[in-house]
Amino acid sequence: MPKDYGIGASSKRREDVRFLTGRGQYTDDLSIQGQAHAVMVRSNVAHGKIVSIDTSAAAAMPGVLAVFTGEDFKDVGGNPAGWLIKSRNGEPMREPKRPVLAHGKVRHVGDAYAAVIAETYEQAKAAAQQLADDTVIDELPAIIDMKAAAADASNRVHDEIPDNICFDWGWIEDNRAATDAVFKSAPHVTTLELVNNRLVPNAMEPRASIGEYFPGTGDYKLTTTSQNPHLTRLLVAAFVMGIPENKLTVVAPDVGGGFGSKIYHYGEEALVLAAAKKLARPVRWTAERSESFLSDAHGRDHVTKIELACEKDGTFLAFRTETYANVGAYLSNFSTATPTFLHGTLMAGPYKVPHVYVNVKTIFTNTAPVDAYRGAGRPEATFSLERVVDKMCRELNLDPFEVRRKNFITPDMFPYTTPVGLVYDTGNYQATLAKAIEIADVAGFDKRATESKARGKLRGMGLSTWIEACGIAPSHLVGVLGSRVGLYDAATVRVNATGNISVMVGAHSHGQGHETVFPQIVAERLGVPESSVEIVHGDTSKIPFGMGSYGSRSLAVCGVAMNKAIDKIVAKGKKIAAHMLEASEGDITFEDGKFSVAGTDKAKTFGEIAFSAYVPHNYPLETLEPGLEETAFYDPANFTYPAGAYICEVELDPDTGKVDVVAFHCADDFGNIMNPMIVEGQVHGGVGQGIGQALLENTVYDENGQLLTGSFMDYAMPRAADVPFYNVDYSCQTPCTHNPLGVKGCGEAGAIGSPPAVVNAVIDALHRGGITHVSHINMPVSPGRVWQAING
Amino acid sequence: MQNFDFVKPSTIAEAVKALNSGDAQALSGGQTLIATMKQGLAGAETLVSLTGIAEMKGVSSAGGKLSIGAATPHATVAREAASAYPALAKLAGGIGDPQVRNRGTVGGSLANNDPAACYPSAALASGATIVTDRREIAADDYFQGLFATALEEGEIITKVIFPIPEKAAYIKFEQPASRFALTGVFVAKFAGGVRVAVTGASNDGVFRWTEAEKALSANFSPTALSGLSVDAGNMITDLHGTAEYRANLVKVLTARAVGAA
Repeated sequence: MPKDYGIGASSKRREDVRFLTGRGQYTDDLSIQGQAHAVMVRSNVAHGKIVSIDTSAAAAMPGVLAVFTGEDFKDVGGNPAGWLIKSRNGEPMREPKRPVLAHGKVRHVGDAYAAVIAETYEQAKAAAQQLADDTVIDELPAIIDMKAAAADASNRVHDEIPDNICFDWGWIEDNRAATDAVFKSAPHVTTLELVNNRLVPNAMEPRASIGEYFPGTGDYKLTTTSQNPHLTRLLVAAFVMGIPENKLTVVAPDVGGGFGSKIYHYGEEALVLAAAKKLARPVRWTAERSESFLSDAHGRDHVTKIELACEKDGTFLAFRTETYANVGAYLSNFSTATPTFLHGTLMAGPYKVPHVYVNVKTIFTNTAPVDAYRGAGRPEATFSLERVVDKMCRELNLDPFEVRRKNFITPDMFPYTTPVGLVYDTGNYQATLAKAIEIADVAGFDKRATESKARGKLRGMGLSTWIEACGIAPSHLVGVLGSRVGLYDAATVRVNATGNISVMVGAHSHGQGHETVFPQIVAERLGVPESSVEIVHGDTSKIPFGMGSYGSRSLAVCGVAMNKAIDKIVAKGKKIAAHMLEASEGDITFEDGKFSVAGTDKAKTFGEIAFSAYVPHNYPLETLEPGLEETAFYDPANFTYPAGAYICEVELDPDTGKVDVVAFHCADDFGNIMNPMIVEGQVHGGVGQGIGQALLENTVYDENGQLLTGSFMDYAMPRAADVPFYNVDYSCQTPCTHNPLGVKGCGEAGAIGSPPAVVNAVIDALHRGGITHVSHINMPVSPGRVWQAING
Repeated sequence: MQNFDFVKPSTIAEAVKALNSGDAQALSGGQTLIATMKQGLAGAETLVSLTGIAEMKGVSSAGGKLSIGAATPHATVAREAASAYPALAKLAGGIGDPQVRNRGTVGGSLANNDPAACYPSAALASGATIVTDRREIAADDYFQGLFATALEEGEIITKVIFPIPEKAAYIKFEQPASRFALTGVFVAKFAGGVRVAVTGASNDGVFRWTEAEKALSANFSPTALSGLSVDAGNMITDLHGTAEYRANLVKVLTARAVGAA
């Protein structure tokens, strides 16, 4: 009988009631008395020198209140990179200033160089068009192709960076020579060159921001689509605008999806605050969908050569990669961490490979900034690894299941130190692989393939055994790796006088279900109904300083902080109960919502203790403060390491090249599970995005830097009909060893593990169909590409 | 979007009059025009809605012919043509999504003549007659290239008459993003012969694959096509497929349509 409340119950997502009935309150839903509207003026060329901007005609148009250009922000700070990465030669990365509005040059199509504020949106839009018409930009050659950019010193995205290289990173540089030596003598080497396709995040809610300024107090308020309001406040206040942190409140109300793209601070947020101050009026901005395509931070965009050295029996000896990673025109906040420490450190996978060397060159181009997108670096690592392993199995005619088993780190080897700098605390990769094989009915594949063949289809099966590092946290570790911030989180548990509970958390829910899951933990721990617990998030004036939600960290970091605060509540409750029950504190036990004197029937309920804390008539005031509210910060000892095995089955139509994912099986180890239904939902969403990347999504700039896939007419998002009924299993559980909840995080897994399973299945289908000359097809594996590969 | 005036006449005569006074543009379901106006790529001082004209709506069949009022939405065609001309009803039911099908009209689709639209292939393969406020135009004369038709300025399609074939089928291979036809083939077998019309593939818009028509008229079977090849020379190359790929699709889909008919 499954639990119906508390930890492990599939409690229904309470927030969905308002989301699904149109009662959510998103930034664009807010209407503030006196508000004015901002429209950004964006470059329609990829690279150009701003010769002149004549604002006079736009400023004189009906309803126009103010016009801003890059000149107005030239003396404020730039939007910084959050991680400092050093090149192989020890030099720090090149960090060009990322201004609020482009100044002097525009560097990608969609780069905002001016903004118009007007009484109405339509007036602002008309004046923005006028201003664009009155701007002279000398177009320069666009820098799009990464390798060409790095080779050509004459054409520069940033004039001060001659080779367009941000950094050339080696991980771990000291291991390079030893790894190279293994390749020289290895019995077999498999090489694969691949592209990890660039993606547009496409959150359902476009970015939106409202700036307010209160002249009476000098306070600012920013309501914005953020995954991490405190981080946004820190960036806006300390780095860009120079506003004292305590004079700026950042509110991220209901947020309609982020997938990483709303971690970052964007110039529009500073713009609406500056405009609000100048006009002493609220100023709002909401992106149009086409602006989202052009100006949200994109994801992925790696070009990689990976090599695998092994014995003839498939025993791994070494991995070596060389990657060109596109950072776009400017450094977005996490853009330097994503291709490095979220990518290179995962390049050992779940395998006991003795030698690994990763080289990543990050390149500036005249394209939108590229940053973390669901999985962030780990999907790129997993794709490279799992594809090259698959290719090696074909070259040596080895069984891909057996090769994984042979090379897996075994359960007795934990904690396991990888050659790329991580210590995996626990796992059981054999177990998840065995579970995947079981639930996928691998034994019955040939029968299914025969049945497909009768319908003219080629059936293929693809395997991916993935691992990730998430619960993105340990400050001491990320500090060593170059992070300029800490990555703890915080929670305050406030028990109200009547016994119900408000929990203020640093994590931010933008679809994940925190408002449901966090109360489950509180309810379990304190013996109260879930319905008596409310989660408060997304408002820096209400919540403790936390770092928000990304990197599958909400539960594994903030949830643990909350759990620690609950520990403190229970400890204080015991003190109060001891006083009320005239017993010693050490004799008080707490179970099922009751404080009892051990061995007696004397007890007080949780509600009675809470009431006493706030009406302290019979209370040890000499030794104990009244009230029942506790805050805890939590900074974990290590990342968490979810892992799993995914098996994908596809049917391929050899005449059209169309690939259908007909089955997708996931055996994941997320450690302990708080809400199975939400975990399944997270896996469904992640795998959906992974299938989208594998088969459909692509971001294409032409040689002039125009975005050819700038709308849903050409950017193919996965739809319900494109994905199968997922088969999700999470019964293999090795709880995280360093957090008391034993949780690992499940938000990104699906997007990390699924793309190679899909592509491996496509290649398998082709080979089983006798089309053996195709060893790789770049994503998206579209019908046209498959057909060309077959007939090429 | 720029401001515009909106009129909704209730007769064809009124609509013609409105369209011929000043800067006016006919509006049917608005599935292309409104989106284009929002992008600032189209606009007119007056939009003349054609959806309030009773005589331009409805589906009826008699004497081996199916007549569809030009302002009839796709969803209505999908429903009401299902027994008389199932292949056409299926085509209509596969356009866009329910919202599109309840707004978009057959007349709007044919007047716009998007090279990836579905309806032009049905009209051309059926040998339909495009009836306007002033004349009747054979489908063979009507389609004149990308977004180009025989319609004159201010001319309104009022209905479309489809001869009902003995057998027919439409197979659409969807462009993965827009779900328009990357290539679509409509095959219609009449007593007098077979007509094959292809949409989505050619730089010149919808066209008849006459070699296939000839082969299929002699032997209405997928195998009749085996010796044929499609010239990729004038096919579209874009992000979603090369000219060679589209040429392949024309042949593959034609065979499948014959099999499905």
